[in-house]
Amino acid sequence: MTVETGGATMVAPNDTELIQLLTPEGERVEHPQYPLSDVDIKGLYRDMVLVRRFDTEAISLQRQGELGIWASLLGQEAAQIGSGRALSPRDMAFPSYREHGVAWCRGLDPVRLLELFRGVSNGAWDPQEYKFHLYTIVIGDQTLHATGYAMGIKRDSAEDEAVIVYFGDGATSQGDVSEAFSWASVFQVPVVFFCQNNQYAISAPQERQSPIPLYQRSRGFGFPGIRVDGNDVLACYEVTRQALRAAREGRGPTLIEAFTYRMGAHTTTDDPTRYRLASELEVWRLRDPIERVRAYLARTGQANAAFFEQVDAEAAELAARVRDACRALPDPPPLAMFDHVYTGANAILEAERAQYGDYLDGFEPAGLGQRESEVAR
Amino acid sequence: MTRLTLSRALNEGLRRALEADPKVMIMGEDVGRLGGVFRVTDGLQKDFGEHRVIDTPLAESGIVGTAIGLALRGYRPVCEIQFDGFVYPATDQIVSQLAKMRYRSRGQLTLPVVIRIPFGGGIGAVEHHSESPEVIFAHTAGLRVVACADAAEAFSMIQLAIACDDPVIFFEPKRRYWDRAEVDMAAALDTALPLSKARTVLPGDDVTLLTYGPLVRTCTEAAIAARDEGKSIEVIDLRSLSPLDMDTISASVIRTGRCVVAHEAPVYAGLGAEIAARVTEQCFYHLEAPVLRVGGFAIPYPVARLEDHYLPDLDRILDTVDRTFAF
Repeated sequence: MTVETGGATMVAPNDTELIQLLTPEGERVEHPQYPLSDVDIKGLYRDMVLVRRFDTEAISLQRQGELGIWASLLGQEAAQIGSGRALSPRDMAFPSYREHGVAWCRGLDPVRLLELFRGVSNGAWDPQEYKFHLYTIVIGDQTLHATGYAMGIKRDSAEDEAVIVYFGDGATSQGDVSEAFSWASVFQVPVVFFCQNNQYAISAPQERQSPIPLYQRSRGFGFPGIRVDGNDVLACYEVTRQALRAAREGRGPTLIEAFTYRMGAHTTTDDPTRYRLASELEVWRLRDPIERVRAYLARTGQANAAFFEQVDAEAAELAARVRDACRALPDPPPLAMFDHVYTGANAILEAERAQYGDYLDGFEPAGLGQRESEVAR
Repeated sequence: MTRLTLSRALNEGLRRALEADPKVMIMGEDVGRLGGVFRVTDGLQKDFGEHRVIDTPLAESGIVGTAIGLALRGYRPVCEIQFDGFVYPATDQIVSQLAKMRYRSRGQLTLPVVIRIPFGGGIGAVEHHSESPEVIFAHTAGLRVVACADAAEAFSMIQLAIACDDPVIFFEPKRRYWDRAEVDMAAALDTALPLSKARTVLPGDDVTLLTYGPLVRTCTEAAIAARDEGKSIEVIDLRSLSPLDMDTISASVIRTGRCVVAHEAPVYAGLGAEIAARVTEQCFYHLEAPVLRVGGFAIPYPVARLEDHYLPDLDRILDTVDRTFAF
């Protein structure tokens, strides 16, 4: 099928190239290569509902002035939860800046993500504790970090570890991503390239990035590429699980293209009505990643109304907690900006720290001389 | 003491580092089987294996980006960028990632990555093989930037750089690769001058001549020549370009009252500008003359047949020194 998008035509994948285990209507379909393993489907549903609620709350917090900006994951819950739950505890994930669902799967408190978007830290969680690297904002840079990390895994002969790296359709145009593909293939390292093709790099449609389907890019680099229905959490889970297993078994990298759609704006500063039609959004609304699982669970009797109500209650509770915690996040003290630039002392920097500290000390304790922003607080 | 070329001294320093720490790795274009285009890594792959001395694909951003990943995994990669003019494809990874990841993580991540860059002109090369881009990296917080000047310095400095937990951009004066000097290979590394310190190469009383990398030799020769004219020039090898060792610099200028900075990089917005500003701030009442700079012109590096006009040589350095006595 095709969707008319204001001049451009967005070709949806045909059945032969798209891995799907759950249709938009919530029907289970079998795929010979991807039999569904024993997976907690209710758990996946719960994860998706909770991260969507968290995401909605973050947008509200931005609108209320509590966050400087927010990059919404709306519509990409299945791609992130499916792949995130496929990871083993020892696998390492390298996100871009929209992987709130993967962060959730790795056990990171969502409030830590808000720190970055509020501007009180750069998101300084401990990457090794969560096996989830810091958000990377420069598009595509993290693909090389992931590849290098995977080179280290191979050198360590750590057979039970693999790496997954997240990036978007826009990133596939970056030279670093091509370099990462080369490197990973040449050195046959255990890395899974997980591309969430959400159809837009801010305003530029996917066909501006590539005349061929993105998953076919890997072919030229000498490793397999798979396109999965990115709104099908079961398919995302199973395809990622198999790719990670291949990586751990020394069979090298895999590119997964999760074909999905960014239902919201690129970030809260973006206005998608300038570059895409409402009709396109409506088509994708029918492919909602959560609704299809809900329909499946309800129809097969795996979950009853009480379950859905309980998940909704949990979501409301999460939103309230996140809201309060976000508002309570304090600004760091000004001189903290001089910390952690170097491991040791740096005379030039220390002199500036001391000088600025003296300057601040020169002001009256309150009122006079305080910067306007501080008075207002 | 052993008499070594600068290239060989680096090779011996790298060998020591590889022996001392199994996490040290070398990666770059042609560094393995070929031993590097300047032979700095000669024989290291044979002795330490392909898994520790890696011939990479030809992509500088890839070299630095994967080195960052390896460092996150606990390794200490030493990357070779083949020539100064080829570092720019890696600039994003160096400036946006390597320099900032420690800061971004509030000190939880350290990236002990060394990036070796042969720099400077004087070898009659084609375009992109003679540049001095050090100020780009000195301007980037989170990086340490150093330049070695001779074989003895190279031997200890490369080991200190690899042992350093911060990312280090390590500049090597390519036209001095084949200069020989006595190297004390038996000296313990902890007795070496710290990486952040400048070093007085030649003491003097009348003027302080600050330089680094390939011009340390030129400035030293200039100072010796100036003795005949009765001028006593103190030559200081900065070694560390970021941070600058202002204590050593100021102490000398306060004593001599005059200061000249020499580098191959363009004078405009070069390291000399930063030094001149700081010397003026810190030594104002001791200065007999403004701080003068001698270096490359505000042009792209010229064609090889003109590079002798572009590079500050003994005469042009002494001409600048003379001008500080005219005030």
